Formats: sequence, C-alpha cells, structure tokens
Amino acid sequence: MDNNGCLPCTRREGFPAGLRVLVVDDDPTWLKILEKMLKKCSYQVTTCCLATEALKKLRERKDAFDIVISDVNMPDMNGFKLLEHVGLEMDLPVIMMSVDGETSRVMKGVQHGACDYLLKPIRMKELRNIWQHVLRKRIHEGREFESLEGFDFEGIHHLMRNGQDQCCDDVSLFALEDCISSTRKRKDADNKHDEREFGDSSSTKKARVVWSVDLHQKFVQAVNQIGFDKVGPKKILDLMNVPWLTRENVASHLQKYRLYLSRLQKQRDQKKCSSSGIKNPDLNPKDPGSSSIKNSMNKQQNVVSIDGFRCPNNGLVQLHESDFTVSELNKTEQRRALATNNIIPDPNMTKVSQIVLNQTFSPLNSEGNIEVFDCTIPTQYTWNQVPKRKLQDDPKSQSIASMVSSPSAASSIASSAVDNIIPVQSKSLMVNDQSSVTSNPGLKTQEFDASLIPDLEFYQQNLLWGGEAAFSPLEEDLNFFLLQSECYNDMNFGMHSIDMSDYYYDPGLTADVPNHLLYDSADYSVVDQSLFIA
Amino acid sequence: MDVLQLQRKLREHQAAMLREGFLDDQFSQLQKLQDESSPDFVIEVVKMFFDDSEKLLNNMTRALGQVPVDFKQVDAHVHQYKGSSASVGAARVKNVCATFRNFCETQNLEGCVRCLQQLQNEYSLLKNNLQYLFRLQEQIQAAGGSIPTIE
Repeated sequence: MDNNGCLPCTRREGFPAGLRVLVVDDDPTWLKILEKMLKKCSYQVTTCCLATEALKKLRERKDAFDIVISDVNMPDMNGFKLLEHVGLEMDLPVIMMSVDGETSRVMKGVQHGACDYLLKPIRMKELRNIWQHVLRKRIHEGREFESLEGFDFEGIHHLMRNGQDQCCDDVSLFALEDCISSTRKRKDADNKHDEREFGDSSSTKKARVVWSVDLHQKFVQAVNQIGFDKVGPKKILDLMNVPWLTRENVASHLQKYRLYLSRLQKQRDQKKCSSSGIKNPDLNPKDPGSSSIKNSMNKQQNVVSIDGFRCPNNGLVQLHESDFTVSELNKTEQRRALATNNIIPDPNMTKVSQIVLNQTFSPLNSEGNIEVFDCTIPTQYTWNQVPKRKLQDDPKSQSIASMVSSPSAASSIASSAVDNIIPVQSKSLMVNDQSSVTSNPGLKTQEFDASLIPDLEFYQQNLLWGGEAAFSPLEEDLNFFLLQSECYNDMNFGMHSIDMSDYYYDPGLTADVPNHLLYDSADYSVVDQSLFIA
Repeated sequence: MDVLQLQRKLREHQAAMLREGFLDDQFSQLQKLQDESSPDFVIEVVKMFFDDSEKLLNNMTRALGQVPVDFKQVDAHVHQYKGSSASVGAARVKNVCATFRNFCETQNLEGCVRCLQQLQNEYSLLKNNLQYLFRLQEQIQAAGGSIPTIE
C-alpha cells in the first residue's frame, strides 16, 4: 500500500498499513533491501543515505513520518546523534540497526532513547512489528498526561519565583517541566499512573531522580560553566558533584533542558510576530533544535494532528476522541488551580491562572468537538504563545494576552502549562475535520526555525555523546578451505543486465559447469597482485 | 541441457553454497523478497554488493599500505564490509571480517594483512559462485522455466 502523496485513507481498518517510515543507512545495499521489506509490510517508505539529509527531511515536514529507522554507523553523523536530534526535535520513535550487536552498543542505543535496536541481517517479521513502537508512544504519553493534574507544578514554580532574579527563570521553569516529564518518562506501560506523587523518590525498581530546584540550579550552573555548546553529560556530572546522580540521569535531563530552551526560543520568536507585548526573560541564545508547540489549538476546534499517525480522515488511535468535553476540562484545570491554592497560598499567582483559565474556555465553549489536548493548549497559549496564523485574527486572545500584567509570571505559567502539554505531544489524535487541518497541525513543536539550524549543527559538533565503538573480540573460527579443484572456466558472462565482467576478478568461463566448482585457485594470481604485502 | 536439468543444477548449487557457508539464510530472504514488481531484485542487490566489495577492499588495501597504518580507518572499512556482506548473506566473508576487526583492535598489522588476503579470496569465490548461479538462472529463464528458490 504505497500511497505516494496522500495519506492512506483506510488507516482504520488497514493499520498498520501505510505507516510512514524513514530509513537512514549509508549502505545502499541495505537501503534497498530495507525498502523492499518495508514495502512488503505495506508501509510507506522513504530512504536516506545520509543522516543530515534525513534530518532535513524530518524538519521540512514535521508530520511526514511516523517512525525512523537508522543505522548506527554512518559517515556524516553518528547514528546516536541522529537519534538524539530526532528525539529532541520531533519526538518520533527511532529504531537503531547495526551489524554489531554488542551489549554496550545496544545499551548506548537504549540510553540515547532508541525504542528498539535491531541486528542486521534484519528479518521481515521484525519489521512487521515496528508499528508497536508508534502506538506505544502515543498511548503511553496519553495516559501520563491524564495523571498530571495532581502535580503541583505551579506551587513549585511559585517557590522558585520568589526571590530569584531574572536569570534564574530558566531554572525554575525548567525544573517544573522536568518534574512533569520525569514523572511521565519513568512510567512503564503497566503502571498505575494515578497516584504518583511528585517528590516520590522511593526505591522502586527504577529509582526516580527528582530534579529539585536546587539540583536543577546546580545543573544549569554546570552547563553555563562548561559552556552550552561544549556541554556533555559527563562534564556536567563531574561539575555538579552529586554523588548519587548518574550520567544517564544527567543525559536525559540535558536532553529535556535543550528541548525546553528551544521551545522558549520558539515562543519568543512567535511572540515577535504577534502584536502581543509580553516579554520573555532572556535566555541562552544557543538553543538547539526547535520545539515550540504549535498553537493551532487556540482556535482549532477540530484539528489535532499530532505528528505521528496523522490521517485527516481518521486517526490511527482514537485515543481521546470526544471524551473530554470542554466543561470536563474546565474542571480539570480548575481543580489544578485549586490544588495549587491549597499547597502554596499565592493569591496572585492563582488569580492570574484563574483568569487565564476562565478566559480561555469561553472561546472554546463556542466551538464544538474539542479534544482533550485541544482544550488544554489554549490555556497556555492565549496569553503567551501567539501563533502566527491564528491569534493575529483573534482579538479575543490578544486581549487576553495583554491582560496578564506580569510578563514573567505569565510566561512562567505559560511555560509550565506548556510543559504540561509536553507529554501530550506526538499523540495520535484524531482529526475530526479534515478541512480544518492547518499546514502545521502538530501539537508538538516540529516547526524548525531556520535560524536555529546553525546553532544546532554547531551544537552537535561540540557534543560528545559517545566514544568510539567498542570492539569485542569475537571468537569465530575461520574455516577457510582452499581446495584445489578443476579450473573454473565455464561461466560465460553474457548477462547483459549485469555488467559483472567489469570487476577486477574475471575468470574466463566456458559453457558447461562441473559440479564441484565451488572452490578454485585458478585466479588467485590476480588477487595476489592487488594485495598489499607488508 | 534442458530446463529440468538446469533447474536441478541450480538447486544443487544453491544447496552447496548454503552448506559450505558461502551463503546463509539472508540470501533466501532476498529471494523471497523478489516478486513481479522487482523481478531482478536479487541480482540487483548482489551487484550492489559486488560494487561495495570492490570499493571497500580497495580502501582496506590502501589503508593498510599507509605508513603509519591507521587501524581505526581500516576497522571502519571492515565494519562497513561486514554490514554489506550481511546484506546478501555472505557468511564466510562476514566471518573473515569479524576476525579482521579483532586484528584491527589489537593493531596487529600482519594479522590484518592476512585477513585482507582471506577476504579477497572469499570474495572471489563467492563472486564466482554467484555468477554461476545467475548464469544458470538466466539459462533456465531463457528456456522458459522458473527459478527454484533455496528451501
């Protein structure tokens, strides 16, 4: 099922047919084979032999692919690095492949966020099942989002805001975000999501790292000290000097940090395009990648195309179709606001958020059919994140935007709420109305700002995520038989479709072939000549 | 030779190649991938492998000829070749690559040179055998018969 331009319309019944796969491998032979195999699975395949080209493709059309399969060893970019970028910018599931199946490599893949690691040669049945990674990601993040309402991110934020100067805004905001995402990311599929409390770092199987404000501040200090472009998890870890923290913790936190920064950058850029007067605190200009949340949701009643199975007609997974009505979401938001109230009494803060919440929902009320994620985003965006397209013609939102008096508070709420939405990104949400699909429908921030590209490349050049491949000595015997058999003279290279006679080794062959022709030593003289003898 | 005989020969030759380790299951996977939309799939893939082999073997030769030898560079080529050989199921070639990589890691020049020689040999053998196989296929098809796949 190879629909070139349009998305497959029979997704609902044909799933996983039409899965849009991007394959990256520098070996053209493998690329050809994988393409063939994936097409046999009825997937829609795009191939790339360069990682940089793959990234370009991904950035050009954020929602063009559902999953990425990449080789580990590539000339222009390490596969792990590509993995990181894709995870950071597009949050697509990435499968790594290699002929090298050594444990340390596989572990590295997992640590960098690969959702699977396949060993070459790859079998068809392995490829048939890759859709599970796409689905899992959607479901997983969908579930976690629902459980976030008990989370006191606004309270924490308030704590941090007090007594901190401007430059620590990043710290506070990011810590919030990371608290959310660490709650999110450390769940496995079978967990009960409901009662996880923020701050619970009890000894579960996966020891959870709680990135408190202090810890995050240490982190940021370390990052700034090293220099944002030279930063690496090991260096940060060393500088932070927190004994129980692992490199892996730092690495994942760093990833989120970058994501967060680039999102802020995006927000600022979008703000420039709007007439809103809200300022953002100054941030580190070197923002990797791009991740601003697309705010089509503000006005978008029906379109929720998250990157991932985006089908205008019907989404892949009908996760939250019309479950959440506006009023229900209203409740959710207000409950959260109330929770905030209880924990950290801060009338000012709450008021602002309340105002925003209340305001936000009124325009929504007039629109039908709002999906879950649809609803939540406007909460954050109406007064901070101003999408180029929509808010410019929405006086209501703009007035809301100007309503918020304190820029930093607003932006921090925005960011925290925005961050709240992060788990929601790349969900497979249903697009109810095809006609209202915008050109940038993703909730997730796929729009890559061209001005950020130089930063990204510079960044990746300076980033040392891993060392050389570790080679393990393989104890394989070499069974090498050089049987002296008859001269192998009979192949006539009359195959026009394949110009095999061009190769350096070209025995003359006649018509009839003896059976024991597997081995011959006739033409090794040719071979010897080309050998380097030390 | 009639079609039946040719087909028998082909089957036997394929079986022999499998038995001797020139080819492994990956090759039969490739044959399974061949269909009406890509009737020359296997041959095309094998040709790409031949191209790759030439290039990589030359690279290795050059790299081992430098003074001093950059073993990481050599290893990179060998690793690439290992992946390439895995794509067509060239088991013996792949095995030599594995040994070769060990020598690269220990920076054993003599071992590397020996392995390169072995690689050249294995590649020649494989190429001969595959070309014979394809020749048989061609003859069968010309005579109107169908190609038996590896079981």
